[in-house]
Amino acid sequence: MSRLTPSHRLAVAMAALILLPTLALAAGPDLGEVQKQATNYTAIGMFAAFVVFTLFITKWAAAKTKSAADFYTAGGGITGFQNGLAIAGDYMSAASFLGISAAVMASGFDGLIYSIGFLVGWPILTFLMAERLRNLGQFTFADVAAFRFAQTPVRVFAASSTLVVVAFYLIAQMVGAGQLIKLLFGLEYWVAVVIVGGLMMIYVLFGGMTATTWVQIIKACLLLGGATFMAVMVMMHYGFSLERFFAAAVEVKAQIAAQTPGTTPEDAAAAGQSIMGPGKFITDPISAISFGMALMFGTAGLPHILMRFFTVPDAKEARKSVMWATTWIGYFYLLTFIIGFGAITFVLTNPGFLDETGALVGGSNMAAIHLAKAVGGNVFLGFISAVAFATILAVVAGLTLAGASAVSHDIYATVIKKNKAGSAAELKVSRYTVLALGVLAVALGIVFEKQNIAFMVSLAFAIAASANFPVLFLSVLWKGCTTRGVVIGGFIGLVVSVVLTVLSPSVWEATLGYDKGSAPFPYTSPALFSMTAGFVGIWLFSTLDRSLRGRQDRAGFMAQQVRSETGIGAAAASAH
Amino acid sequence: MKTNLVDRVLADPNYRLLKARRSRLGWWLTAALMLVYYGFILLIAFEKQVLATRIGAGVITWGIPVGFGVIVFTVVITAFYVMRANREFDDLTEKVRRGMIQ
Repeated sequence: MSRLTPSHRLAVAMAALILLPTLALAAGPDLGEVQKQATNYTAIGMFAAFVVFTLFITKWAAAKTKSAADFYTAGGGITGFQNGLAIAGDYMSAASFLGISAAVMASGFDGLIYSIGFLVGWPILTFLMAERLRNLGQFTFADVAAFRFAQTPVRVFAASSTLVVVAFYLIAQMVGAGQLIKLLFGLEYWVAVVIVGGLMMIYVLFGGMTATTWVQIIKACLLLGGATFMAVMVMMHYGFSLERFFAAAVEVKAQIAAQTPGTTPEDAAAAGQSIMGPGKFITDPISAISFGMALMFGTAGLPHILMRFFTVPDAKEARKSVMWATTWIGYFYLLTFIIGFGAITFVLTNPGFLDETGALVGGSNMAAIHLAKAVGGNVFLGFISAVAFATILAVVAGLTLAGASAVSHDIYATVIKKNKAGSAAELKVSRYTVLALGVLAVALGIVFEKQNIAFMVSLAFAIAASANFPVLFLSVLWKGCTTRGVVIGGFIGLVVSVVLTVLSPSVWEATLGYDKGSAPFPYTSPALFSMTAGFVGIWLFSTLDRSLRGRQDRAGFMAQQVRSETGIGAAAASAH
Repeated sequence: MKTNLVDRVLADPNYRLLKARRSRLGWWLTAALMLVYYGFILLIAFEKQVLATRIGAGVITWGIPVGFGVIVFTVVITAFYVMRANREFDDLTEKVRRGMIQ
């Protein structure tokens, strides 16, 4: 695949698109469930429309992508409002749309607790990091982390942790994409993964950050629009009365509980009412705090999110970006809560969406998809399916761009070529990396098809919170921080978060298959421990650092601070 | 950046004011958010039934306004910072910049 010329790649993707309906039909007769989905031409047609439209945008963006700066940051010409939408588009993954609404359908209030965790990182990013990031950085978060330090070791650390975070996040998205599309469009798993990988490569390869940004903006608008429509339709049914709506959901849950033989009416009523309060999601405080920390501080350390701050012209727009992003993401989580409860009253009561055992057709993550059909018919089902596919594309494009920039900007241009590479050479390396990452993502997506990968996104957050966040935070705000401290401390945070995750129940028991209860590390998230290890490591090795380099690092702090606070001396990221 | 310029900025009272105000506001709001979020989490961890208590005769519990409240609080506190920063910090930054050009 990587041997194809760009125009061939485009042709292959177009051919794949045209073939979509045929493939779907061919897959039809095997399974009843797939057959039902396969006849849904609306979904395929709408997705095709999205793809054609975004390919035109990519063509337009490609004409504007001439330098490395254009490729990484769209020339710095994105406004705060646009960037806010793009960040929301980057952050609201298919997993959060389908996963959180499914979690709300299953356990009600617990789903809300879960979604709040994904929101609270944004203010932290705004208050402490966003403006300073914009003032110090150019293309990648390593620009900020390595600002006053020895370039080579810090960049090597930043690129490693970026690639690890991107890899886990990407695998999770690819596997999710394959399974979802198999279900929604009736395609083979590997075909779905190849289509996602291929389209993502086309967007990023040709259109760079400009195309990626617009794919994310369009996807954010479609997703927010679709989710709003669903929530409004659900609420309209109950005359916009929350009490009537929740009461109906409690009633449905009570009736389901009453079907279990031997359940007293009181128990059934209590089971129904239980969705209105906290359930099993938070049991031990250590896990709860640890998971909360991973989400809260991990958001401020995700490389593909941090990268978005370099696409705006200045600190003021960076600030506005996070405000809009927070607003849209917060609104989205309110909608998913309504959608999840809507799935209880519309989907769980409709035998058409359930199998013999009372479970959802196609798996529990189908809650929002079935609700789309219930409130908006086949056309809207097609729309939401297409949006779910588009969502995955937008997220993987952002991830790939972040991974590619770590390799080309941090490793190639800075570490290997010592800033003497030139924009054209850097751009070329970036594009080769995109190809390599795309092929790798497809391969890993296929390899991990049957694995339990539920831990991967939370691991990505834990690493971001334990390695990237402490490094960024202390290098920007603490004078005593040195090269040796951030490199050793950063790697400690990275290694500890990965090791503890492997030893935790979600990998040790669910993925590796050891006995239940045998996991050496009992908590759901390592962040409480690994983030502490990262911070202490940086502090300890910086404080003990008596080297000449350490003295230079500390001496550079005041100049860095002036620039981080005022932007004086900061190159505007705009095209040169 | 020239050391000379750095020293001049560091000596500028507007710069010191900007730095002090931004960092004070940033840390206070961070503390407020941590208090609200971890307070919410710990309340659930230790006193589950509080949020499961019904508000009135209906099915709605205290968990609903509190949970929605945390989401709205998160958005509002972010908007509050950004609005204050747009008004105050940008003016001060501009003053520092202009001072350096002269």
